[in-house]
Amino acid sequence: MSKKTLIVIGNGMVGHHFLEQFVASPAASGYDILVFGEEKQRAYDRVHLSEYFIGSTHSDLAIGTADWYSEHSIQLRLHEQVTAVNPDQRSVTTPKGDYGYDELVLATGSFPFVPPIEGREHPHCFVYRTLEDLDAIRHSAQKGKSGVVVGGGLLGLEAANALKSLGLQAHVVEFAPRLMPVQLDTDGGALLRHKIEELGVQVHTEKATTSIVEGENARIRMNFSDDSHLETDLIVFSAGIRPQDTLARASGLSVGERGGIVVNDQCTTSDPHIHAIGECALWNQKIFGLVAPGYTMARTLAAVLNGDRDAGFTGADMSTKLKLLGVDVGSIGDAHGQTPGTRNIRFNDEQAGHYRRIVISEDGKTLLGAILVGDNSHYDTLLQYALNGITLPDNPETLILPENQGGAPVLGPDALPETASICSCHNVTKGDICCAIDAGCGDLPSVKAETKASTGCGGCTALLKNVVDNELEKRGVAVNKDLCEHFPYSRQELFHLVKINGIRTFRTLISQHGKGQGCDICKPVVGSILATCWNEHILATDHVPLQDTNDTFMANMQKNGTYSIVPRIPGGEITPDKLIVLGEVAKEYDLYTKITGGQRVDLFGATLSELPEIWEKLIAAGFETGHAYGKSLRTVKSCVGNTWCRYGVQDSVGMAIVLENRYKGLRAPHKVKMAVSGCTRECAEAQSKDFGVIATENGWNLYVCGNGGMRPRHADLFATDLSDEELIRTIDRVVMFYVRTADRLQRTSVWMENLEGGLDYLKQVVLEDSLRICAELEEHMNSIADTYQCEWQTAVKDPEKRKRFREFVNLPEQKDPVQQWTTERGQRRPAPVPA
Amino acid sequence: MKTRTCWNTICTVDDLVPESGIAVWTEEGPVAVFYLPHRLPALVAISHKDPFSGANVLARGITGDLGGEPIVASPLYKQHFNLKTGVCLEDESVRVKTYSVLLDGNRILLETRETQQEAVAA
Ligand SMILES: Cc1cc2nc3c(=O)[nH]c(=O)nc-3n(C[C@H](O)[C@H](O)[C@H](O)COP(=O)(O)OP(=O)(O)OC[C@H]3O[C@@H](n4cnc5c(N)ncnc54)[C@H](O)[C@@H]3O)c2cc1C
Ligand code: SF4
Ligand code: SF4
Ligand code: FES
Repeated sequence: MSKKTLIVIGNGMVGHHFLEQFVASPAASGYDILVFGEEKQRAYDRVHLSEYFIGSTHSDLAIGTADWYSEHSIQLRLHEQVTAVNPDQRSVTTPKGDYGYDELVLATGSFPFVPPIEGREHPHCFVYRTLEDLDAIRHSAQKGKSGVVVGGGLLGLEAANALKSLGLQAHVVEFAPRLMPVQLDTDGGALLRHKIEELGVQVHTEKATTSIVEGENARIRMNFSDDSHLETDLIVFSAGIRPQDTLARASGLSVGERGGIVVNDQCTTSDPHIHAIGECALWNQKIFGLVAPGYTMARTLAAVLNGDRDAGFTGADMSTKLKLLGVDVGSIGDAHGQTPGTRNIRFNDEQAGHYRRIVISEDGKTLLGAILVGDNSHYDTLLQYALNGITLPDNPETLILPENQGGAPVLGPDALPETASICSCHNVTKGDICCAIDAGCGDLPSVKAETKASTGCGGCTALLKNVVDNELEKRGVAVNKDLCEHFPYSRQELFHLVKINGIRTFRTLISQHGKGQGCDICKPVVGSILATCWNEHILATDHVPLQDTNDTFMANMQKNGTYSIVPRIPGGEITPDKLIVLGEVAKEYDLYTKITGGQRVDLFGATLSELPEIWEKLIAAGFETGHAYGKSLRTVKSCVGNTWCRYGVQDSVGMAIVLENRYKGLRAPHKVKMAVSGCTRECAEAQSKDFGVIATENGWNLYVCGNGGMRPRHADLFATDLSDEELIRTIDRVVMFYVRTADRLQRTSVWMENLEGGLDYLKQVVLEDSLRICAELEEHMNSIADTYQCEWQTAVKDPEKRKRFREFVNLPEQKDPVQQWTTERGQRRPAPVPA
Repeated sequence: MKTRTCWNTICTVDDLVPESGIAVWTEEGPVAVFYLPHRLPALVAISHKDPFSGANVLARGITGDLGGEPIVASPLYKQHFNLKTGVCLEDESVRVKTYSVLLDGNRILLETRETQQEAVAA
């Protein structure tokens, strides 16, 4: 029997999800599958599109791999737009030919709506939907200073943040009187606006753009209906999306009055062999502009094509929780209280910048909707009440009051019914999680792998962890926080043991509180704790065996066993003479030389025995170790600040040098990065650092617990307008609290996410001294700063320590024979290893 | 069958670092010698070459024990090797060479396999 042909038009998020579901089903064996995608790239995670601007590449964002497609014999034709669907012939047309189908799936998504404004074809006008759009925006931003987003909705604000991250002064122009008119009410919108303006984005509401013309002081001028205007270098239109229904319209399928391909509960269109899913589909007069409902349609259609008569799409929840420009915003269900007879309760703390509103049914028993701005910690609980119709407490206002004002603690995972949806992206309920655990999943990663929960938008991560931990505990599985087989303690507990009992060596600690000889997990942890507590030289004999090779040899081991060297260049400021020394040393030892992201110079390819020689020369020229090898402060990046920059309001370089010199050498659970920007333009990217400092007219704003790298996190605003002394004192406290309480290899961002009570709790501890430990934290930090020694300076002077750097102790002259070199772009690098 | 063993002096006790490794050069290539004063035998030796990266780095790994067996963790990709058998814990099909080491007064003696095979053949 010959196979039938299934064609999918559109290789976006929903189209891909459908393929995943379909190929895993029995019906797949009866079909040849052919997929057309208009974009050049394979399906990628559009939800996290903005991460493309902060370092993610297409392959980071890609969902599914080329191998996956070939494994399942799916023919993927990218960069090939379908130009017509011919229902009578059951075929589709592309510029390359006609292709016949038995079943056709339209997953064409939507396109950004650009209002018909005169001049909108200007070459510096863009939309925000695809990787190609972002490439174009990035290119345009390179020579621009400012950018405007037209549209103050969810996507518009995300685009504004992206413009900001590209170094532009960002503006948002919104037609409605408030931001996010769909999700927020007047008070919520006002608070959001206030917060966003504080972050340096200018908001213009009630502005209707009438024309776009050449600018005088910038590339473009936008004229508004009230005769005012705004000049900018580029415009991003984000004025809503429209379902991509062109093909359906032209081929005579039913479409909605305002667009969208009409589908029934089975996701089938007016032609029984054509189906539509995702943002292009109109179900019950509704378009769903979120990924979770699209995924649900994809699953429904896969079931339908397998002959499942019960399968049906029944609508989807459109609640959203997000962080826009670092500001929490949440909107649940009937947020505007449009159901007749509803009652509203509002909580508005202008001081803290928190706004919460809940919409309650007439009988006061169920939660219908909610709006949150400034703090999403109540979101999960409220959503569960709304989705599962859990009966509200007698005083429902306790749900949104702060805990110290009689607010109810958040709904524990135990209170959730089995049917509670935990992950809406992958449609995983609490019951599914319990099943997975009963089937043998013994920890969070395996539950994730089994159910796929929390592998979509990631919004449910915290809730999932709570549920899993709770269920495991109920089943008597101790949630194991032991460091390793040698110590039945967490890092934090070990820290206390060491500190309180005055323990100074690993051996004492393991003989009194652990068992066995230790391993590569516990030894470095204890090494770091001992270093923080007693600040002794890390090459002291007792400590050597505790360290990773990088710490032991105070350099970073590279793939061929040689090391790289990063001298400290505080604040990225370096004299020409010192720069020359770096060049001379690199030349003498033939070291590959590269500028790091942290404004320093990395010298690669030194052998073990060359390290002390090289450092002798660097120390003579006034360099110190940069601790690039350590779990400790790396760099304090800075912009040039008010000494040169015409926008600068404070001396960011000066502050960066002060901070770098204060915290250098401090041993921490993981590396710590800082940055200082001289004004809100944020050229030093401080908000992606563990500690970010941004100058204000009145002093410094401090941001904490940000991260770049693999899991980027926007830092949280911690305190504003601090003086120099206040800034240092506050960082002292936060850094020491982190060092004492974080887990092994936990960056500040993850530490913060796991800190019970989160940002507010940290503020209480550090700013209000709720634990009464601030004096101790400061004193500890002072003593560490006072006893600082450059480890390399100590090491090169000590013949015993230098002995450690012999490559082969019996033949000091012997060079390591496996190191083979080649030359590329004028520099030496390891030769490729023959396979 | 007669086996004659041939021991070479490779270094002295002062060259060793307790709970850690050093590398020596032998005819057969680089060898990592570990000094574990809290175990018996206190001296163990394996090839210095990390089979996963091809780099000579194993002496610079962190030592310890897992399930009671002495181990070293490769400083590059962190696989663990049993110091008695040379077997990799993460992938038992991978195994590094092991060598016998002895303490003779102040000198550390190492037996290399080549010498041993020659001795057998003779
Ligand atoms: C910046 C941004 C942030 C977002 N954030 C969120 C969020 O936080 N949460 C959330 O739930 N959702 C979010 N969304 C929305 C989410 O990305 C969409 O809901 C989802 O991508 C819809 O998937 P889809 O497959 O229906 O459409 P798409 O992903 O748009 O895929 C449709 C594909 O079909 C292709 N196509 C169209 N016509 C043709 C044709 N004729 N021939 C061939 N190919 C064609 C298109 O080129 C496109 O690649 C965001 C979207 C953007 C742009
Ligand atoms: S002061 Fe710094 S952050 Fe501000 S514009 Fe100048 S370089 Fe950028
Ligand atoms: S680990 Fe870091 S330095 Fe190494 S390749 Fe990856 S991103 Fe680059
Ligand atoms: S809700 Fe999106 S991943 Fe779970």
